[in-house]
Amino acid sequence: MSEHGQSKDGYDFAHPISIPLMLSVFGALLALTILTVAQASFDIGSLDIVIVMVIATIKAGLVMAFFMHLAYDKPFNVIVFLSSFAFVALFLIFTMGDSKLTSVDFEPKVDDEASEVSEVAVVDTLEQVAATESEQATVEMEETVTE
Amino acid sequence: MSTIEAAAENAHDAHGHDHDHPSFLAHHFDTPEQQFDSGKLGIWLFLVTEILFFSGMFCAYAIFRMLRPDVFEGCSQFLNTKLGAINTGVLLFSSLTMAWAVRCSQTRQNKGLVAMLASTLSCAMIFLGVKAIEYSHKWEMGLLPAGLFTFDQNNPHPETDTHYLFYICLPFMFLLAGVVLWLIISLVRGNEFHVKCAKPLTVVAICFFVGIGLGMILESGDSSHSEEEGLEEEVMMAEAVELGNESVLQKISRDDTNSGAKSELIARARQSDTAGTSIVQEGQIISGAIVSVEEDVMTKRQAGVFFSIYYCMTGVHAIHILFGIGFLVWLLVRAVREDFNPQYFGPVDYVGLYWHLVDLIWIYLFPLLYLIR
Repeated sequence: MSEHGQSKDGYDFAHPISIPLMLSVFGALLALTILTVAQASFDIGSLDIVIVMVIATIKAGLVMAFFMHLAYDKPFNVIVFLSSFAFVALFLIFTMGDSKLTSVDFEPKVDDEASEVSEVAVVDTLEQVAATESEQATVEMEETVTE
Repeated sequence: MSTIEAAAENAHDAHGHDHDHPSFLAHHFDTPEQQFDSGKLGIWLFLVTEILFFSGMFCAYAIFRMLRPDVFEGCSQFLNTKLGAINTGVLLFSSLTMAWAVRCSQTRQNKGLVAMLASTLSCAMIFLGVKAIEYSHKWEMGLLPAGLFTFDQNNPHPETDTHYLFYICLPFMFLLAGVVLWLIISLVRGNEFHVKCAKPLTVVAICFFVGIGLGMILESGDSSHSEEEGLEEEVMMAEAVELGNESVLQKISRDDTNSGAKSELIARARQSDTAGTSIVQEGQIISGAIVSVEEDVMTKRQAGVFFSIYYCMTGVHAIHILFGIGFLVWLLVRAVREDFNPQYFGPVDYVGLYWHLVDLIWIYLFPLLYLIR
């Protein structure tokens, strides 16, 4: 921290990034975007999600380092920001691991629309319920009559 | 030393204290740098909360994609890659102009700052315009979140009375009318400051409709490419092979329970493969049973959930764009007022960081949603 009397400290802190650097970063970002779109037309199998995420992460890195000035920022700010990604990773890993163990059973493979069989079953049970109710009613009626 | 003198010029004259400090420096800060660093730490902490906020939606996406990758493959075909790619480019360009705006504010180029902020805003509006085309097109097809999902593949473009695009455009029409009115009134009154603010904002408001036009051109170019069938129909037909005028049979056979029609279709396909002879290829066993059920993922239970995730992620992102537009307009007015200088460019930098984060999220959203085979 600078003292009051000292002149330049605390006043000259703007570090504008150069225009050629900005333009080249933008060019790289555009090229990577075209690359991601282009790779979608090739069949690379299960690797494609990895490739797509790697390209996206490179793009994110470029934006963070130069457009967000993280490359020139205070180390503390960098730590604060990047630590959030560590927590996101923790969150994703634990939740995914958990759902891998449990949620598969809850996710039906075939869409179960109301089939005829189940409708019949429902009707059956309804009839049964109605029958038992009427039986009970007659029993009660008989009871009242005997009384 | 010159910076100190420049700072002193801005000092309050009628300031009740015994010390001088520039008007932009708050009382509780020693130096502009300390003020800037405090603000910067604050905005970084805010961005951390933003990332954690979005991570919830990315988590939902990851779980559903892990459980049902086929649903994602099927539904991703309905998202227009061209529109997504254009929007990515527009957003990246807006990031460039935003970074440039920060540079202009650091080097005291006020005209450049206003121009850069205005172009960032224009890009944001174009992004929203293209998005409006995408959304309205899907709503008309009934590709809605799970609860409202009404898409029917046999009738992908049902007649609707609701003009979704019109309703989306309505607030932006009012905005444009308002800004133009403001410009005219301030021109008549001769209020120079207001004219300077309203001029770039008029361009910005028009840019939403530029985005709408851009989206329409790309969208129509896409539908003419796939002719009458339309993109979605094409996808559905992909495995049903090119059989000239068998559309009725194709439609019947799409029902998985209709195994007879399905196997007949397979037989005909193989028949046409063997150069039009009327006999099924020898050695090919055509069984009447369903060998493998081609699952139809375009149902409420499955595609609906995909579109819930899609609308949630892109919608929250679009809301962030709207907030960003609000902050940028505020910056634009202050830039016209010439508030910023090499010792006080914090607000531009902070909004810039927020804007780059919104761009960052789109960088991940685009390949994850649009580019699934």
